[in-house]
Amino acid sequence: MNRGIGLATLRDLLQRLVAPIDGPLMVIAGLLLLLAVGVMGSASPERLNAQLLNVAVAIVLMRVLAQVPPQRLMHLAVPVYLLGMLLLVAVALFGDVSKGARRWLNLGFMRVQPSELMKIAMPLLLAWFFQKREAMPRLRDYAFAAVMLPLPVALIARQPDLGTAILVLAAGFYVIFFAGLPWKILIGMAVAGIAAAPLAWNLLHDYQRNRILTLFDPEKDPLGKGFHIIQSTIAIGSGGIFGKGWRAGTQAQLEFIPERHTDFIFAVFSEEFGLLGNLLLLLLYAALIVRGLMIAANAATLFSRLLAGAVTMIFFTYAFVNMGMVSGILPVVGVPLPLISYGGTALVTLFLGIGILMSIHGNRMLVQK
Amino acid sequence: MEFKNPQQELERFRSRLAVAGGFVLLCFTLLFIRFVWLQVVQHDYYQTRAEDNRISLVPVVPNRGLILDRNGAVLARNYSAYTLEITPTKTRDLDQLIDGLAAVIDIQPKDRKRFRKLLEESRNFESLPIRTRLTDEEVAKFIAHRYRFPGVDIKARLFRQYPGGAFASHMLGYIGRINDKDLEKIEAKEAEANYRGTEHFGKTGLEQHYEFDLHGETGFEKVEVDAGGRAVRTLAHTAPVAGNNLTLTVDAELQRIAELAFGDRRGALVAIEPATGGILALVAVPNYDPNQFVDGIDSQNWKELNESPDKPMVNRALNGAYPPGSTFKPFMALGALTLGKRRPEQLISDPGYFNFGGHHFRDDKKGGHGMVDMYKSIVHSCDTYYYMLANDMGIDNISAFMGSLGLGSRTGIDIDGESEGVLPSQEWKKKRFKKPEQQKWYAGETISIGIGQGYNAYTPIQLAHATAIVANNGVVFRPHLVKYITDTRTGQKTEIEPQPTRDIGLKPEHVDVIRNAMIGVNKEGTGARAFAGAGYVAAGKTGTAQVFSYKGAEHKTERMQAHLRDHALFIAFAPADKPTIALAILVENGGFGAQAAAPIARQVLDYYLLGKRPNAPAPADEAAVEEDEE
Repeated sequence: MNRGIGLATLRDLLQRLVAPIDGPLMVIAGLLLLLAVGVMGSASPERLNAQLLNVAVAIVLMRVLAQVPPQRLMHLAVPVYLLGMLLLVAVALFGDVSKGARRWLNLGFMRVQPSELMKIAMPLLLAWFFQKREAMPRLRDYAFAAVMLPLPVALIARQPDLGTAILVLAAGFYVIFFAGLPWKILIGMAVAGIAAAPLAWNLLHDYQRNRILTLFDPEKDPLGKGFHIIQSTIAIGSGGIFGKGWRAGTQAQLEFIPERHTDFIFAVFSEEFGLLGNLLLLLLYAALIVRGLMIAANAATLFSRLLAGAVTMIFFTYAFVNMGMVSGILPVVGVPLPLISYGGTALVTLFLGIGILMSIHGNRMLVQK
Repeated sequence: MEFKNPQQELERFRSRLAVAGGFVLLCFTLLFIRFVWLQVVQHDYYQTRAEDNRISLVPVVPNRGLILDRNGAVLARNYSAYTLEITPTKTRDLDQLIDGLAAVIDIQPKDRKRFRKLLEESRNFESLPIRTRLTDEEVAKFIAHRYRFPGVDIKARLFRQYPGGAFASHMLGYIGRINDKDLEKIEAKEAEANYRGTEHFGKTGLEQHYEFDLHGETGFEKVEVDAGGRAVRTLAHTAPVAGNNLTLTVDAELQRIAELAFGDRRGALVAIEPATGGILALVAVPNYDPNQFVDGIDSQNWKELNESPDKPMVNRALNGAYPPGSTFKPFMALGALTLGKRRPEQLISDPGYFNFGGHHFRDDKKGGHGMVDMYKSIVHSCDTYYYMLANDMGIDNISAFMGSLGLGSRTGIDIDGESEGVLPSQEWKKKRFKKPEQQKWYAGETISIGIGQGYNAYTPIQLAHATAIVANNGVVFRPHLVKYITDTRTGQKTEIEPQPTRDIGLKPEHVDVIRNAMIGVNKEGTGARAFAGAGYVAAGKTGTAQVFSYKGAEHKTERMQAHLRDHALFIAFAPADKPTIALAILVENGGFGAQAAAPIARQVLDYYLLGKRPNAPAPADEAAVEEDEE
C-alpha cells in the first residue's frame, strides 16, 4: 500500500519534472548532443567528462527556465538588459585580457563573459518593448530599437569579439524583423549597409581585416592567417562522401586542425563522417529550427512570438556562421558550432534559449490579456 | 492610433516566419553545395593535400664509400659519433646559450670559433654542431640538463675520418659542409634528391673528384608526422645504399716512405707504374690534416694553413710549375733522335760555352766537356750540347715533341684543378704577352729552353708522366689514382682506364739510347753517388732549376735566402730494362738535384723494388755536385 503510494508519488514527481519539457525539441537536442559526444571522443577525449558536466548544468538550467512563464520573463527583460550593459561597461573598464581581447570580468570567485548574457538579454528587451507598444509598431519604435541594439554590439565589438557582436546584432535584428519592420526600410538598410562597407572596413581591427582578406585567398599566407582555413577545408574535402571513420581523420588526429575541440570541431566531424554526416547535421539543425519556428507561430503573445522567433534564428546563425567559416565561405569569427563545440558558456546560452522555447510552447494556450 | 487586428498581425508574423524559414533553407542549401564541392568534386585534391600533410619523407644518409690503397689499407673511412648541435633559429641569445652549455660540457674557444664560421656559411635553418665527438659521459650529462637548453640537441652522425692524419692529404683531399658552389654542382648533376639530408661534400682531391661515386644512394623513411612535424610512426623504409669504395693504384707504404724521405723539406714526388699509368705514390709536402676540415675548421687554424709561407694547402705535385732544369735533357735527346736532328754517336765540341750571335751561353763546367756524344751529354749533363741542339731543332719542333710527352698540358689525373704548366712555343708567346715586341719569339730564347730553363715550367706529375711514357716506349696511359671502383651493393668492380690512350710513335732503338744514357747517369754520372750499391739498375737524370733571383740582394733575410736556393729535381725509372716504376721528384730550394732529390729516389726505389725500408729521411748529400764539377 505504502509502496503503491510511493510509486505513484514517484511517477507523479517524474511527470511534473518532465512536463514542461518539449518532446521534439528535447529529442533533436539529444541527438545533437549524441553527435557531440562522438566528435568530442575523437577530437579531444580528455575533455569529454568536463563537457558532459557542462551539458548536465545546461540541461538543468533549461529545465528551470522551461517552467518560468513568459510573463515572468517579460518582467526580467529590462533588469537583465541593464545588468548586461553594466557588466559590459565594467569589462571595458576593468576586464581581464586574454589572448589579446578584453572579454572577461573577474568577480573574484569566477570569471564571467557578460557579452554572452546579451545574446538572450537583447531579444528579451526588444520583444518586451514591442509587446509594450501593443499596437502596430511605428517608425519611432524602430528608432528606439535602433538605439538599444547598437550600444551593446559596439561595446562587444570593441573587446574585440566580432563573433559575439554579430550574434547579438543578429538576435536584435530578428526581433525587429519579426515585429514587422517594413521591407522598404529593410532594403534601404541593406543598400546603406553596402554603401557603408568601406567605412566599416576602416573601423575593423587589423586582425579582423586579415581574416576577411584571408577568406578570399587563404593560400597567400599558408603558415599564418590562412593556416586555419586551409587545414579545415583540407579536412572537410579529404573526408569525402563517407568520411574517414571515427577517430581515423588524419587531419584531426595529427593535430593539423587548429582549435579542433572548439570553433573548428566541425572540420573534425566532417573529415570523419563525410558528406553524409554533414547532411545529418544540417537536417538536425533544420529540424530544431523548424520546431522553433512552429513554436513561434503558435505562441500566445507578441512577446512570446518575437522571442521564440529570434531565439530560434540565433541557433541558425550559430550553425551557419560556424559551418560557413570552417568550410571557407565566411570569414573566421569566434562562433562555436551550437551544442557540439566544447565550452560551457555557449552551451548554457543555447540551452537557456531552448528552455525559453519550451516555456513559450508550454504557455501557448493561455488566454491573451 | 491604429488598433491591433490580432488575426492580421498573426498572419503578418507568420509570413515573416516563412521568410525566415526560406532564408534558413537557402543558407543551408548553400552550405550543402559547398560541402558537395569540397567533398565530392574536389575530394581527390584535398585527399592528396591531406596525405602530403601527414606523410614526410625523411632522408637516411648513406655511408660514404671508403678509400683503400692497392693492398686494401684504409685511407678514408667513417665513424659514428655524437654531436651537440644548436639550431640557431630556435634560440634567442646564442652567446648566452653557449656560455650556459659551456658550464655543462667542455666547450673550447676553438669550438666557438668553428661554430661562428659554420654559422656564417650555413645555408638554411639547419642545426650546427658546437661540439663533436662527445663522450658517453658528456652525452649523459647534457641529457640531464637538456630542458634548460631549447634548440640544442644531441645527434648521432657519421663522420669522415682520415686515419693517417696528414698522410697523403693532397691526394685524398677532404670533405666539408656543403656550400653554394657545391650546391651548383649537385644541381648540375640533377642529384638534389639524392643529397637531401647530406651535409658534406668532397672539397679537394679524390674526395672531390669521386664525390658522386663515394656518396651513395640516400635512403628514405616514410613517416607519419603531426602538425608539429614530430614523427608519429614509420610507414615505409627504403634503406640507403652505401657509396662505392675506391681502391687506389697507390701503395700506401710506398707513399709513406716517400713522404718520410722528404723530412721537413718542401717538394713533391709522383711515382707512376709505366705499363698502366697507375699512380704508385703522389706526395706533396708540407701537407695538412684533412680531419680538421670535416666538422668545419676553426678560423685560426684556417688562417695558419693559408698564411703559412710554406703553403701547406698547395698540392705541389699538381699545381706547382717548375723549370725542369737538366731533367729536360733526356727528352730533348729523344726528340732529336725522333726528328733525325742527331745521331747518338754524333760528336760536338764543347769549349765551355755556346756562342750565339756574340752572346756566350756558358756551360757549368769551365773549359767544357771536350768532345761530347749523346750518351756523354746526358751522363755528364753537358749544357753546350743542348744549347746547340735546341738551336738546331728550333722552338716549334721542341714544343711539338715535348707536347707529345704531355708536358705543358693537363695529364688528366683524377684530381681536379691540375695546372697546365708552360710549354713555350711561338704561339704560346703570342698568347701570353700583349705588346707586339714581347710577342715575338727570339731565336736566342730557344737556346736556354734546351737545358730546361727559360720559359719552361712543368708540374711534377707532368715530368713523372713524361718519364713514364719514355719508360713505356711511347705508349701513353692517363695517370690515375683509382684502380677500380667497387659497387658496395653488387660487389662489382669497375676498372679505371686499363687501355692505353695513345702511342706517340717512339722507335725502340731511340728509347734504348736514352735508357742507356740514363743508366749511365746513375752508374758514372750525377746520380752515381746516390745509387752506389743499389741492387737494381735504375735509369735517372738529375736536374737543378734556377729560382728567379730578386734584385736588391741587400734585403735578403736568411729565410729569403733559403727560398732563393735552386730547386732540386730528379727523374728516374727502374728496373731500367723492364720498368715497373717511373718517378719525378722535386725538392724546393733543395740545391742540386744530386744533393737533395736523388737520395729520395734511392729510398723510394729501394723500398718498391727490394722492400728495403729506410730508417731515416733521405739525407741531403752535401758532397754531391751537379754537372760534374769534380
